[in-house]
Amino acid sequence: MPSLGTSFGRGGATDYQQDLMNSDCIVIMGSNMAENHPVGFQWVMEARERGAHVFHVDPRFTRTSAMATRHVGIRAGSDIAFLGGIVNYILENERWFDEYVKRYTNAPVIINEEFSDTEDNDGLFSGWDPEQGKYDVTTWQYAGTSVHGAAGNREAGFQDSHVSGHAAGHGGAGGGMSHGNPPETDDTLEHPRCVFQILKRHYARYTPELVADTCGCSVDEFLHVAKTLCDSSGREKTGAFVYAVGWTQHTKGVQLIRTAAIIQLLLGNMGRPGGGIMALRGHASIQGSTDIPTLYDTLPGYLEMPHVEHYGGLDEYIERSTAPGGWWGNASSYMVSLLKAWWGAAATKENDFCFEYLPRIDDDNSNYWTVRQMLEGKVKGYLVCGQNPAVGSANGKANRLALAQLDWLVVRDVVEIETAAFWYDSPEIESGELTTEQIPTEVFFMPASSHVEKDGSFTNTQRLLQWHHKAVEPKEDCRSELWFYYHLGKKIREKLEESQDPKDRPVQDLTWHYPTSGQHEEPNAESVLAEISGWDAKGQALAGYKLLKDDGTTACGCWIYCGVFADGINMAARRKPHWEQSYTALEWAWAWPANRRLLYNRASADPDGKPWSERKKLVWWDPKQEKWTGTDTPDFDEEKSPDYVPPDGARGPDAIRGDHPFIMQADGLGWIYVPQGLNDGPLPTHYEPHESPFANPLYSQRANPARQQNKDLPEDPYAPVADEPGAEVYPYVATTYRLTEHHTAGGMSRFVDYLSELQPQMFVEVHPELAEERGLENGGWATISSPRSAIEARVLVTDRMRPVRINGATRHQVGLPYHWGTRGLTTGGAANDLSHMALDPNVHIQEVKAFSCDIRPGRRPKGPALPAAVAEKREQALSRREQDPHVEPEEVTETT
Amino acid sequence: MGFTKLLESWPVVRQLRDGDPLGLGRSAQSERSRTLEPRIAKADHVAQSICPYCAVGCAQLVYVKDGEVIQIEGDPASPISRGRLCPKGSASKAYHSSPLREYKVKYRRPYGTHWEELPLDQAMDMIVDRIIRTREETWQAETEDGNPAKRTMGIANLGGATLDNEENYLMKKLLTALGIVQVENQARI
Repeated sequence: MPSLGTSFGRGGATDYQQDLMNSDCIVIMGSNMAENHPVGFQWVMEARERGAHVFHVDPRFTRTSAMATRHVGIRAGSDIAFLGGIVNYILENERWFDEYVKRYTNAPVIINEEFSDTEDNDGLFSGWDPEQGKYDVTTWQYAGTSVHGAAGNREAGFQDSHVSGHAAGHGGAGGGMSHGNPPETDDTLEHPRCVFQILKRHYARYTPELVADTCGCSVDEFLHVAKTLCDSSGREKTGAFVYAVGWTQHTKGVQLIRTAAIIQLLLGNMGRPGGGIMALRGHASIQGSTDIPTLYDTLPGYLEMPHVEHYGGLDEYIERSTAPGGWWGNASSYMVSLLKAWWGAAATKENDFCFEYLPRIDDDNSNYWTVRQMLEGKVKGYLVCGQNPAVGSANGKANRLALAQLDWLVVRDVVEIETAAFWYDSPEIESGELTTEQIPTEVFFMPASSHVEKDGSFTNTQRLLQWHHKAVEPKEDCRSELWFYYHLGKKIREKLEESQDPKDRPVQDLTWHYPTSGQHEEPNAESVLAEISGWDAKGQALAGYKLLKDDGTTACGCWIYCGVFADGINMAARRKPHWEQSYTALEWAWAWPANRRLLYNRASADPDGKPWSERKKLVWWDPKQEKWTGTDTPDFDEEKSPDYVPPDGARGPDAIRGDHPFIMQADGLGWIYVPQGLNDGPLPTHYEPHESPFANPLYSQRANPARQQNKDLPEDPYAPVADEPGAEVYPYVATTYRLTEHHTAGGMSRFVDYLSELQPQMFVEVHPELAEERGLENGGWATISSPRSAIEARVLVTDRMRPVRINGATRHQVGLPYHWGTRGLTTGGAANDLSHMALDPNVHIQEVKAFSCDIRPGRRPKGPALPAAVAEKREQALSRREQDPHVEPEEVTETT
Repeated sequence: MGFTKLLESWPVVRQLRDGDPLGLGRSAQSERSRTLEPRIAKADHVAQSICPYCAVGCAQLVYVKDGEVIQIEGDPASPISRGRLCPKGSASKAYHSSPLREYKVKYRRPYGTHWEELPLDQAMDMIVDRIIRTREETWQAETEDGNPAKRTMGIANLGGATLDNEENYLMKKLLTALGIVQVENQARI
């Protein structure tokens, strides 16, 4: 996430799961770890057995709550208020780790005097451009510096007068920083414009009472969590945060995670055993598919894709990507080595290493943008592999209608998922909104290999690359994606071999020579890993990214993975049992970067290089050997002494002081305040969800002003909000989630007998009071509706689903697992048919953890009656809003 | 039945012989119990693997006999999972060998009402033709402002988080070289 990336320098989880056992206090928020990452949860239980406090702060009481020392129920979408309250608690009660904050973070830095806060502007930061609906971040900068579009700034696309933040998926790196002299600082933290004082003012109103009123928890519950976390942090103790998509999937998801980053920096919990922020990913290699991105805006290793508005050549690209200090200072080596890996001998210094072969992106060419393009008929062909957008993407109906606009569609999966079958088996076929005979889309279903039918590596949630070996041959037409894309490329290259068209040169010159074996000519996966890891001019495998050069003598497909094939050995396949090594298990597989397991671990030692305490030691400076040593691989230049001060003019890694642990950041510091790299603010602010029955208790600016919406898209209508007339038509907050026995959009679980037997049916969780209010019966049917669609589900009446009591009023939340669809051994309503496509402005991720709905007893209307009923209810809500003469259209400042 | 076997069928003899005077141990075992063995004992070989579901990264041992997977279990050597698997990981053999798995290419022609069979090779050639044709038809050398774009907005690609790093790498490499920029995966979802 860019939240972790901008705060610390890398977007990956800072910790590894086993290290949770070293924690004194674990706060799990936005995650139901016991049910969704059950085997990883054993490390939370280990910590608890050692006496750690475990808090689960979540709208639902789950098995994670049951195993926690305390569950605190909060309203879905109110997390920033809760976490901001902790920030305020730390500052009010002087609980911060003073030496850590002053030496390792940007708390002392003085900010531009033009900057003004949300507290001054009723919910907006300075730089808001109501016409563009975007922020100009110029005023957010450090005093006395100018803005530089560095590696953190991946998604510019603004005119010169505008400077935006950046966005990337799970890994956006920070590191961007302004050029110029070292920023002004005040080490006493008293200057009114220093980050520390700005932070204090920003969160001053996040009192325990405000937290209670906003989140729906009690003051005592909040104070217990805040105090215990502070008591469990410091020299002798550490606390950790654990999150998953319960934090990510909001229109302010990035800022939500940022709030935890601020807390962890204030408490000195980063880079230390039992500390950090453990991001729990939900797919086997979702971290890997972000590191080596099948994402539009990045190239491998978080290099940015070139943008149409930066039409200079390689030099300009390098200039934009290079940070003055830190390891992004070597961006030219990473980029040139990537170009050499892709275009080999054709890439020369004279032709800018084929930089001009790269296509250019716009601001947003992300998934939901593509869905809109499809609805407009602009996308003709679509290749989908191992993903099921007809069920898994927000606003399932819009996604399926989009598929029906394609000329051709290729679906690769092990079973025939809803995305492959949309043209004859979907809610729209049932309702008559689509007719099979009228759908022009040509569909190819290609059976895929399972994980045991191919070699390859997954990168798990803790940045660990683990190799899986092929056990059996795939049958009949089943093939791996490695086979499919390799042979696709081979055939395309054969067809274009004679072409003189310049646009075909990148394909003709592409290095595409991987050894194959067997009757299917399966490409050798290790040969691909070797290219990812990189080699020198002699073809020798590189040991690590420090060896990369920008003169064309090294090739490396993903610089952060450089060294995974060191000495020609597949390090990801290492399997030394844990009982034969220390708990860090450095010889089990391989973690990026450079096999470091706990990121920023230089911060586990004090500025002089000594462990903060014996109990929490991990990596330290050994003055005799004059190097860093410890039980983990040091995340620092091994020979850089703690008293190193960069000489004048030092650049890149040499510009990082010996006591600055965040080596990917341009200044080596943890960023409490993010001057650039984010599109919606340097500090997190509580905003309501895009759809919410609540007004913002802090500002008249109700929701994140920079969020992306589709106001002009008829397929994505929104409910009235807060006090608007018509909001009462959809009075409840829906939140979606996963079950232990199913996986995401169901393609890997609804077709499996055991799992379908264990969780045989779509259901909806409601509190007994809501059941009574609406006449819902446990085990009976209910229809849940939103402005987008309506689905039916079996009712589960349970006090796990807490009502929220705010200012004396009770509001209900509705829990919806999102695994079901029309196909497989168990079928049912798809929760995502109800959700909308309003997005976080940094990462273009949808808000499926909090949106508005209604629930009524009984089954949903069938056939054409379904869209009619949905439209009728929606019109009822919208017309009430329109008929009220007092209601201005909400937030006229927003973009569409 | 020979004399020895006949004698052994008398429990007290077994109890005395096996040092199991109370008859609660080995001597009480039936022939069937005695000869039971785990199905993994018959495996031809064991492959080291990783669970394909969530991102915890539990290590698996895949037991194979006669070219078929006969069992998938947790690998105790893993420092992360220590041999454990959740319900999904435990069911991954059933996922691999689900009766609903598809083994043949299926083709639906435009406006078609049913699936048709199609040889894999032919399907590959048809997909190649469509990529080349659509790319040609939708090629955007420049933006409206005259900036270089060198891309097609007519083709998009989705998926990757369930796949291997090596697969994602070839996807991104090939699609970028073709000028296909709408490449996305579950990280966005």
